[in-house]
Amino acid sequence: MLPFLLYMVVFLGLPLYVVVHGALTSGGHFTLSNFSAIFSQSQYLIPLKNSLILSLWSSLGPAIIGVWFAAAVVAGPRDSLLRRVVSSASGVFAYFAGAPLAFVWVASLGTLGVITVFFKSTFGYDLSQHFDISSQVGVGIVYFYFQIPLMVIFITPALEGLKPEWEEAARNLGATRLSYLRHVAVPVLAPSFIAAWLILFGSAFSAFATMLALDGCTEVVVPCKIYFEMSNNVLTNSIPFGLALGTEMILVVGIVMLVYWYVQRRAGRWLR
Amino acid sequence: MTALADAVDTPFGGGQAAPNRRPARRGRPRSWRIVVLAFTAIFYLLPVLCSVKFSLINQKGTYGVQNYTAIVNNGALRAALFLSLEIAAITAIVVVLLVFPTTVLVRLKLPKLTILMEAVTILPIVVPPVVLAAGLLQMKETAPLWIVNAFFNHPVTVLTPMYVVLAMPLMYRAVDTGLRAIDLHTLVDASRSLGAGWPTTLWRVVLPNAQTAVLGGMFLTIALVLGEVVIANQLDQSKLTFPLEMIEFASQDNAPGISVAMTLTALAFTFLLLFMLTFVARRRRTNTTGAIS
Repeated sequence: MLPFLLYMVVFLGLPLYVVVHGALTSGGHFTLSNFSAIFSQSQYLIPLKNSLILSLWSSLGPAIIGVWFAAAVVAGPRDSLLRRVVSSASGVFAYFAGAPLAFVWVASLGTLGVITVFFKSTFGYDLSQHFDISSQVGVGIVYFYFQIPLMVIFITPALEGLKPEWEEAARNLGATRLSYLRHVAVPVLAPSFIAAWLILFGSAFSAFATMLALDGCTEVVVPCKIYFEMSNNVLTNSIPFGLALGTEMILVVGIVMLVYWYVQRRAGRWLR
Repeated sequence: MTALADAVDTPFGGGQAAPNRRPARRGRPRSWRIVVLAFTAIFYLLPVLCSVKFSLINQKGTYGVQNYTAIVNNGALRAALFLSLEIAAITAIVVVLLVFPTTVLVRLKLPKLTILMEAVTILPIVVPPVVLAAGLLQMKETAPLWIVNAFFNHPVTVLTPMYVVLAMPLMYRAVDTGLRAIDLHTLVDASRSLGAGWPTTLWRVVLPNAQTAVLGGMFLTIALVLGEVVIANQLDQSKLTFPLEMIEFASQDNAPGISVAMTLTALAFTFLLLFMLTFVARRRRTNTTGAIS
């Protein structure tokens, strides 16, 4: 127990502490000036807005698709080939994360991508005029690619916890399939769904690899801004602002996790 | 057994045999299932198939496998591949050593700490890697020289510890699921009463029984290391890791075909590892259910 906790404190806690500490001090003194800067200047506020919007739709969409897909897989036999392929593939896609998967989409929808070329040669329609893989929409689509598997991983146990007896009981009492869904399945699953969605939100909010791979900081989000501020330190001393933005991200993620804990406690009530 | 452990599961075997199997479907086929499965299949297979085609077009514009042979023939790329595999191997072993005994201990003796374990292991999923990297950069600035030399100056020493942190959640979940499927208390009591010490019990009794789960966690760790770029990019660019070379080939050398070939190779490699494991997991389940329960 002790080595594990010690390790986490040193390699996870310490870097985070250094970020918060650096954001709150200037020349050895406590200060809030870095925060008043990042919460008043539009160059820091716009990335936050972009980040929140991007994370919202690229977590809600995959959450909805993911829960339906997981339900479709769970409804099948347990040891089926489909089950195995999905369980292995969702692990690979979810944990490979943003960077390599970005190239799969470059190969499909990039300027020279197979689909783009196909549209051009067959219909004479130039997709690249209207769609850019490194735009927010393009990046979001790549997020879908690893967020859906993440949703499948997180929601499958809850779906398996839905007891068939409940459906049979509801049916025996005269419920239609729809009313079973509405009055039994959805209320039981709702906390698990929200909890999983919150994790997806956090994962989208902190994702940066896709943009790094696609050179896609066209519309700046918070991780891009942190990256710029931390690496452009020669010209202007922007590191404190980078650290303050880092603290801001920690705060957002912290709030999301608090809500997660609250919701997760309710999720456990039925699904044991 | 608390909430989070129930809500999360690793996508491979080791889970309990289904106590609540779906009722057999009778009557009309479920059309929504077909629609949902077809949609997802297209969304996932189409880009992968496109990538296969894309990666088979070499730089002269003709079809060939040059993009794949480059992974072995190109010296820089080969070095990057070995570097990443080295990091992956060390990471996987360290994370098992840290997580496995801790999880066994928590399940056996300190079930109250499960909440703490869950809290700690959910963090790496949501803590932004870019913030971790920023913190490390700051530490590098202020750290004494010997630490910089010992720790920050080589990708293996600086990246491995961070990847261990990132791999913690998936290994914890894997081991936890695996342990839940076996009768841990009985196994440990039996082993201890036959005179085995704790290390022997862990290594020769518990580990073999949770083998597939641990292996699954290790394979996912490999996937993670072969895909992580944010921390590597910010901390060390003296020697590029495999995923960083991917980006390098696409942006610097203008050879996205090689990047796509690398992606597909890494994806196929880890997918096959995990997929084969599902068969092992199933065989073990059917073999051992009678023996243990």
